Amino acid sequence: MRIALFVTCLADTLFPEAAKATVRLLERLGHQVVFPAEQTCCGQMHVNTGYPDDALRLVRRHVRTFAPYDVVVAPSGSCVGSVRHQHAMVARRAGDEPLASRAEEVARHTYELSELLVDVLGVTDVGAYFPHRVTYHPTCHSLRMLRVGDRPLRLLREVRGLDLVELPQAEQCCGFGGTFAVKNADTSTAMLADKMRHVLATQADVCTAGDASCLMHIGGGLSRLRAGVRTVHLAEILASTEAGPAGDRTGRNVEGVAR
Amino acid sequence: MTETFLGLPATAPAGVGNLRGDEPFPVAARRALADAQLRRNLRHATGTIRAKSAAVIGEVPDWAELRAAGRAIKSDTMARLPELLEQLEAAVTAAGGTVHWATDAVEANRIVTDLVRATGADRVMKVKSMATQEIGLNEALEAAGIEPVETDLAELIVQLGRDRPSHILVPAIHRNRAEIREVFLREMPGVDPALTDEPAALAAAARRHLRETFLSTKVAVSGANFAVAETGTLAVVESEGNGRMCLTLPDTLITVMGVEKVIPTWDDLGVFLQLLPRASTGERMNPYTSMWTGVTPGDGPQQVHLVLLDNGRSAVLADEVGRQALHCIRCSACLNVCPVYERTGGHAYGSVYPGPIGAVLSPQLTGVEENASLPYASSLCGACFDACPVMIDIPSVLVHLRARHVAEQRAAHRTPSAEAIAMAAAAYTMDHPRLYAAAQRAAGLGRVAGRALPPPLSGWTASRDVPAAPPQTFRQWWSQRSRS
Repeated sequence: MRIALFVTCLADTLFPEAAKATVRLLERLGHQVVFPAEQTCCGQMHVNTGYPDDALRLVRRHVRTFAPYDVVVAPSGSCVGSVRHQHAMVARRAGDEPLASRAEEVARHTYELSELLVDVLGVTDVGAYFPHRVTYHPTCHSLRMLRVGDRPLRLLREVRGLDLVELPQAEQCCGFGGTFAVKNADTSTAMLADKMRHVLATQADVCTAGDASCLMHIGGGLSRLRAGVRTVHLAEILASTEAGPAGDRTGRNVEGVAR
Repeated sequence: MTETFLGLPATAPAGVGNLRGDEPFPVAARRALADAQLRRNLRHATGTIRAKSAAVIGEVPDWAELRAAGRAIKSDTMARLPELLEQLEAAVTAAGGTVHWATDAVEANRIVTDLVRATGADRVMKVKSMATQEIGLNEALEAAGIEPVETDLAELIVQLGRDRPSHILVPAIHRNRAEIREVFLREMPGVDPALTDEPAALAAAARRHLRETFLSTKVAVSGANFAVAETGTLAVVESEGNGRMCLTLPDTLITVMGVEKVIPTWDDLGVFLQLLPRASTGERMNPYTSMWTGVTPGDGPQQVHLVLLDNGRSAVLADEVGRQALHCIRCSACLNVCPVYERTGGHAYGSVYPGPIGAVLSPQLTGVEENASLPYASSLCGACFDACPVMIDIPSVLVHLRARHVAEQRAAHRTPSAEAIAMAAAAYTMDHPRLYAAAQRAAGLGRVAGRALPPPLSGWTASRDVPAAPPQTFRQWWSQRSRS
């Protein structure tokens, strides 16, 4: 299958390992990945901060860029959520009904990684190997906006060597929320403190999730505590094999320490 | 067809009532977050209600259909609100009640005060009511020399402690039983000095304190959870029976009700009486559901008044996206599941309507600029939308109100804010892939990973490290890989 990668601006700029892992994983499963170079950002930050008018040009760009592809995948529940639940709204708000219709068409073909694997490609055992104790944080937008349900857990359970431990109060937000983390930094930190307390209680070495943004938040907090727990994107775990971990050996985790 | 624009409906006036805080949410939240006892009380209380509610909702096979029915009835109601209110007025009047229309808090307070004065009473007993808290009725009555006595246990704790309510359903949720005991010992006349903090002992003390009030007070003031337009029936749901005492014992009953509480038919009430208890207190059936239709000769209050309150609700109704906030049945499920509310408590929101529903309702009632920080008091995690028994899409309304705030700021100021400039610049850059790639590289070169960034990003680095910039962006890697 020919699959277009919607990399997301955050993974592109700060967490390329998650995006590279997505490419390697899908290629390993026998698919062709293409990267439409005209893509930049879905505009979620603009919409959620109160700037839908500024987001309009980004929605237009996103729709133009991805309309030619039958299947689009992003290693992010949040950005797929924006495409599915915000793009048409932004277009309608601006009175652009044709754009709204095209945005809905693109949204119908856009999948978060675990959705693509389980629903479209029909696979839960992706042949991965990751010999670590791992806990999974279901990010809010994956859980409540996309309803990915247990798809990520079904994928993780098939990973050889992986010791999956349940995260207490997993459904609670980590406190990121985009600009919320800056505008309401104290409340965000209080939410993060509880999330980290639960992560540490699992005694996992690795906290994983389907969103680089939430992992940046949780990982940034764990790093500050020197807690000795890494955050690793779901794609990186699924891309790892006996032949070697995901990444190109120069990859870094969010704590900024070369592996 | 020509249209005459008559201007937007008025918002709730300032200087009266309790819809505005003294400080922005982040400032008030910062103080609340430091209160370890408050954090513990809220964690325990919200966690308990969440579990109880989830268990009884899980028993109902058609919960999704009930929620959809609740939303449909409310949408229908809002679409023909004027007509339904006039139908309600006619039905209440025909049943011997008197209907009053109050544009805002000032007018509602004046109407109620005049009605109480006309009876000659200098004391009223109150059924727990959000509408009267919203308009500051207690303060208005006190200013007129009339003593209001709250009879709901939690509301009484708040009143005795000269405190403010912090939750829609459980106004004293921020207090634990040890703190309640202290309030009673300090403020309750004739209380047993050996009072313990056992819940049964605290309830018994309140019962003794209130009994005399119930038997001797001639005027009661209530709110209403529902008003049935076709029959003129008003309904109050409560758990203690104290409300029913107020609704049945006095000579005069005055009900203050937000206009959005009307529902079309008696059958519609059945939907909400199934939704409300399971979503709010986690009970299968509400313990005390009192309903009255005007005056019943020789039985119950013989003077029955209904004050229909607007106080900004028409302004909410005028907003196509925001009007769904008027669907709220005040169950508090969104407060109980909200990760922000659980940590900051209700006082940080400033308004009597705290939590997610407060963050969408208060700014619309007052005008967004008078509660401008509230739409941002959410991580948009969506737990509130899932919990809402009438399916109010609170995250979408929050985002919509943020856009309204930005638009109003833009209209009010000649020069755009630093944030607006940054957002426009970011959108421009991201609409030009070459500029975007250059900005990515510059960010990678210029930034030092770790601890300190300048404001406003210092909000991030105060408690979290910044990720190290990768040696190359994804698109650099991709183009290299494609070439080789």
